Amino acid sequence: MDKVSDTEAVTIPANPPSGFKVVLRELRHDKGAIVAVVVVALILLTTIIGGFVIPHSDLVDANILDRLGAPGVNGHILGTDSSGRDILKYLIVGARNSIGIGVSVAVITEVLGIIIGITAGYFGGILDEVVMRVVDFFMVLPTLLMIIILVTIVPNFNALSLILIISSFGWMGTTRLIRSAVLSQSERDYVAAAKTSGTPSWKIMFGEVMPNISSLIITDFVLAVAGNIGVETGLSYLGFGLPPDTPSLGTMIAYANDPDLILNSPWMWLPAALLLLVLTLSINAFGNALRRAADSRQRT
Amino acid sequence: MWKTILRRILIMIPQILLLSVIVFFLAKLMPGDPFSGQITPQMDPKQIDSLRRQLGLDDPLWTQYFRWIGNLFHGDLGMSYAYKRPVISLIAERASNTIWLSLFAVILTYLIGVPLGVLAGRFKGTRLDSGISLYAYSVMAIPSFVFYLIALLIFGYQLKWFPTTGSVALDASGGVGYIMSRLYHMVLPAILQAFLGTTGIILYLRSGIIDNSIEDYVRTARAKGVPEKVIFNKHILRNSLLPIAAFMGNTITGLISGSLFVESVFSYPGMGKLAVDAMTTRDYATMTSLTLLFGFLTLLGNLLSDIIMSIVDPRIRVE
Repeated sequence: MDKVSDTEAVTIPANPPSGFKVVLRELRHDKGAIVAVVVVALILLTTIIGGFVIPHSDLVDANILDRLGAPGVNGHILGTDSSGRDILKYLIVGARNSIGIGVSVAVITEVLGIIIGITAGYFGGILDEVVMRVVDFFMVLPTLLMIIILVTIVPNFNALSLILIISSFGWMGTTRLIRSAVLSQSERDYVAAAKTSGTPSWKIMFGEVMPNISSLIITDFVLAVAGNIGVETGLSYLGFGLPPDTPSLGTMIAYANDPDLILNSPWMWLPAALLLLVLTLSINAFGNALRRAADSRQRT
Repeated sequence: MWKTILRRILIMIPQILLLSVIVFFLAKLMPGDPFSGQITPQMDPKQIDSLRRQLGLDDPLWTQYFRWIGNLFHGDLGMSYAYKRPVISLIAERASNTIWLSLFAVILTYLIGVPLGVLAGRFKGTRLDSGISLYAYSVMAIPSFVFYLIALLIFGYQLKWFPTTGSVALDASGGVGYIMSRLYHMVLPAILQAFLGTTGIILYLRSGIIDNSIEDYVRTARAKGVPEKVIFNKHILRNSLLPIAAFMGNTITGLISGSLFVESVFSYPGMGKLAVDAMTTRDYATMTSLTLLFGFLTLLGNLLSDIIMSIVDPRIRVE
C-alpha cells in the first residue's frame, strides 16, 4: 500500500499548467491588470447589489421639490436631476443596464463569431470564401446609421431588440479573428490525427480546436464587452438606445446636451461620464493584459 | 498597377449594388410615404389612391428600386420632410463643413500619430514606448462622446478658450475674418478627433519599425559601418512610413462615421449632425440618403487605402 502511494507521489501532476492556466499565472505578475480587475469587480458588485436593493419607484417618481439639488443637499450624495430623482441610485441602475447590454451583446456576437469562424476556418474552400465575402461586406456598411434606422423602425422596441440589433452588426470582427486562428490550427498534427481516427468534424471543431484557441476567445470577449458598452451608451446618448424610461449611462450623459445643464448642473451627467470612462478603460486594460499574457511572443 | 486598381474597382461594384438594395429596403420599411403630412382626414381616399399611383408606390418593388436608382443618378434624393427642401441641397450645404473638419482632423492625426509611432518603435521596450502604447490602447477604449463632452466642459465652458457651438461666429466679417472664425470653430473638435484616431497609426508604425530593424538590409548597413542615426532615418523609417500612407483612406472613413458624435457634441452643422437631427425628427428621406452616402464614402475610403497600398508596395499587386 505504501509503495503504491509513493509511486503516485512522484508522478507528474495530471494537469500540467497549460492554456488558460498559464495565462492566469502570467496575469498575476501584471499589477495594472490586477488593479483593473479589482475596479471592474467593485463596479459589478455595486451595480448588481444596487439593482436588487433600489426600488423601481425611486427611479420613476418625480419629486419637484427636490429638483436639481446639488450634491449633498437633502441627503442626496450626488445630487438630484431635473425631476428630483437621486443621481446616485440612477447611476447604479444605469450602469447595471449598460453593462448588462454590453455583456449580452458580447455573448451573442462571440457565439455567432465562434460558430461561423470555426466552421469557415475548418472546412475552408468555397464555404470560407463565401463567408469571408459576407464579412467583408458587413465591415463596410455604415453600421452606426443602420443601427439607428433599425432602432427607430422596429415595432415594440425594447432592450431585447436593441441587443439583437447591435449584435447583428457586431459579429464580423470575432468571426475574422477566430477563422484565422482556426486556419492555422487545422494544419496541426492533432487535427490530422483526429481526422484519421474518424472523429466527427463537429467534435474536432468544438471539442479539440476550440479549447486550443480558448485564451483568444476569452480575450476577444472581454474587449468586446468594453466595446459594446461604448456602442450602447453612444446610441443612448444620441437618443437611439434604451427607451427613455430605462436608465443607462448614455441617457444620463445626454443631459450634457443641454447647454445650461452641462455647465451649471455638472453633477447630473459628469458622474455617469466618469464612471463610463473608468469602466471601459479598466475592462480594456484587463483585456489587453490578457492578450499580452496569452501571446507568448509578447512575453518579456 | 492599373490592373490591380481596375480589379479593385470591379470588386466594389457588387458591393455598391448590394448596399443600395439594403438601403432601399430599409427605406421601404420606414413608416410613412412622401406625402405624409400633406394628407388630411378631409381628403377623399380616392384622391390619396391617385396620388399614390402617380408616384408609383403601387408598382412592383423592383420597378420602384430601379426608378429610385435612376433618380439618384439625376441627383433627386427626395424631399426633406423636416426642412421642406430637396435633400440634395440640404446635404450639399452641410457636406463642406464635415469635409473641412475631417481634413483638418486627418492632418492633425498624422501630425500626432507619426512622431509617437516613430518614438515608440525607435525606443522599443523603454518607458517611453510603454507609455505611448498605453496611450494608444486607452484612446481606443474610450467612448468618443465622453471624451468630447469632458473636453467641451473644460476648454469650452470653463476656460472659454474655444467656442462651444456652431461652425462660424455670427459677427464674423470679411474674407479673412470669416475663414479665421471657421478655423477657430474647428480647432477643438479636430484636435480631439485626432487624439482619438491615432491608435492605428501608432501601433502600425511601431511594429513596422521593429520588424524592419531586423531585416537583412539593416544588418548590411550596420556591417558597412553606417552610423546608427542614418540607418534609422534613411533606411528603417523610410520603409516603415510608406504603408502608413495607406491608412489615409480608413482614417477618412472613420472620421466621417465618427462625425455623428463630434458634431452632436459641438453642435457643428455638418452631415453627422444632420443625420442625428433627421432621425430624431423622423425625416426618413434625408436619413436614407445619408446612409447611402456614408456607405459609399466607406467603400471609397477602403478603395483609396488599397490603391495607395498597391502604389507604395508593389508586392501586393496582381498581374
